[in-house]
Amino acid sequence: MGTLTEEIFSRRLGRDVHAGEIVVAPVDYAMAHDVTGPLAIEAFRHLEVPLWDPERVILVFDHILPANTVASAGLHKLVRDFATEYGVTHVFQEGICHQLMVEKGFIRPGGIVVGADSHSTTYGALGCFAAGFGSTDIAVTFATGRTWFRVPETIRINLRGALPPGIFPKDLALQVIRRLGAEGANYLAVEWGGEAVEAMSVDERLTLANLTVDFGGKAGLCEPDEQTRIYLGDAEVADLHPVAPEYRSVVEVDAQTLEPQIACPPAIDNVQDLSTVEGTQLDEVFVGSCANGRIEDLAIVAGYFEGRQVHPRTRTIVVPASKQIYMEALARGYIQTFMEAGALVMNAGCGPCLGRQHGVLGPGERALSTSNRNYAGRMGSPQAEIYLANPAVAAVSALAGAITDPRGFN
Amino acid sequence: MARIFKFGDGISTDAIIPGRYNVTTDATALGKACFIEARPDFAASVQPGDVIVGGRNFGCGSSREHAPMAIKAAGIQAVVARSFARIFYRNAINIGLPVIQCDAVYDAIEDGDPIAIDVHSGSIAVNGKMFQGETPGPVAVAIMEAGTLIDLIKTRGWAAIEEVS
Repeated sequence: MGTLTEEIFSRRLGRDVHAGEIVVAPVDYAMAHDVTGPLAIEAFRHLEVPLWDPERVILVFDHILPANTVASAGLHKLVRDFATEYGVTHVFQEGICHQLMVEKGFIRPGGIVVGADSHSTTYGALGCFAAGFGSTDIAVTFATGRTWFRVPETIRINLRGALPPGIFPKDLALQVIRRLGAEGANYLAVEWGGEAVEAMSVDERLTLANLTVDFGGKAGLCEPDEQTRIYLGDAEVADLHPVAPEYRSVVEVDAQTLEPQIACPPAIDNVQDLSTVEGTQLDEVFVGSCANGRIEDLAIVAGYFEGRQVHPRTRTIVVPASKQIYMEALARGYIQTFMEAGALVMNAGCGPCLGRQHGVLGPGERALSTSNRNYAGRMGSPQAEIYLANPAVAAVSALAGAITDPRGFN
Repeated sequence: MARIFKFGDGISTDAIIPGRYNVTTDATALGKACFIEARPDFAASVQPGDVIVGGRNFGCGSSREHAPMAIKAAGIQAVVARSFARIFYRNAINIGLPVIQCDAVYDAIEDGDPIAIDVHSGSIAVNGKMFQGETPGPVAVAIMEAGTLIDLIKTRGWAAIEEVS
């Protein structure tokens, strides 16, 4: 009985669990990456115990890949040495941790997964309870296979109607953030539902679940359904539904009346209709990230770039979220299209999103990104500005050199 | 006497320690880079025991534990805020940086005001007035009593948390 979150915890713990309870629960997997991993490993070593399960610890190099300084190479080595010493088998350097967690089959409906990264909420798209933690919490899970949760209450968000042309899940998420604010779901789980979500692919749902943490959500879940079964290639996925749920609140969003939403600097909840900022000149456009670096996103961008050139003012950087996506984009000809259009295509990973490797912004520069963070200094200089938008807006804005509405673009 | 460093709403972990400065596990180095871009004079002007008072959603964004590590290593005794982002709050408690949620104090203070706080009781004395922070949850209390989450789990295991749940 209860919300998706309560159902998952009840099944896992074999008793009725209700929001507000503090529970110690076993998890399926614990993930850390090249930034949070080193601190987790150091904390784990302080515990002086064996690793819980070397096949359930996932280590990913993605935030700085390949290493760009002696310092980052040293941290990578720290993680690699740990993996070797403890026999960790799942060590990846082929894309963003969140995309790999989904692609590699670690995420199952009804599961519980923890990650040392805030955007671990992404896995909720498959009906898994997944939350982000810091390194010390993950270290304790590395040692014990468990963590503690205050089982959260849930905000139900119903996305109504069909998405009109030029409107994507990113716009729906930004509209919700605009309405609820950057801490609107702090300490709470979010259920994404309604006919717009039911009509979405898993790729699209991953965007919604990803952005849940950007308005404070602890987890962002979609009900597993036929789309989920197809995506996982598994007809045996167990039914999981909210059963007589009591929600903290219910939010209704009408997809059909939205125009493209832009998160303007310097905060995720400074969201405006595109028309408010249309024509704003851009020095950089970044297509990628755990929010919008999947094949469907690249397909949208390739569709606009075909036979066109990006504006000479606007350096345009495309970073597929994973090697699998990159190779699919190669096979479909997207990579050639991006390069012929004048875009730079970088290796799969986090790319310019966090301002630590390539694509860094200089003082006074202005970028539009398909990622999920626009804090001052996030992508480089604190005097740079970051606008966040859907992939179609990113594509046409790169071509025009300024923020542009994809609806009616030709 | 401890002084206040006052910050606004939505202070992100990117502001506390930008991505270009957390490529280390060394707390001292993190402390020197704390707020290096958002408030460049911060690390050099903090005296041990000083207090940060923040607005709403303090510590939002990235889960990087380098953020509370940097604040602690800079010499800050505790962070008081109108509200905290979930992961930052949990990280701070886990590493032994006291965090006190208190809404009322924010508008009663200015940057640089002297402040006295009791991190155990959550009481705050500033400008001749007393304020009371919200009571932390039972797990946070258990961790604070042990010092850090690692100390708690190492000495008592999950039983320490199961018995307060």
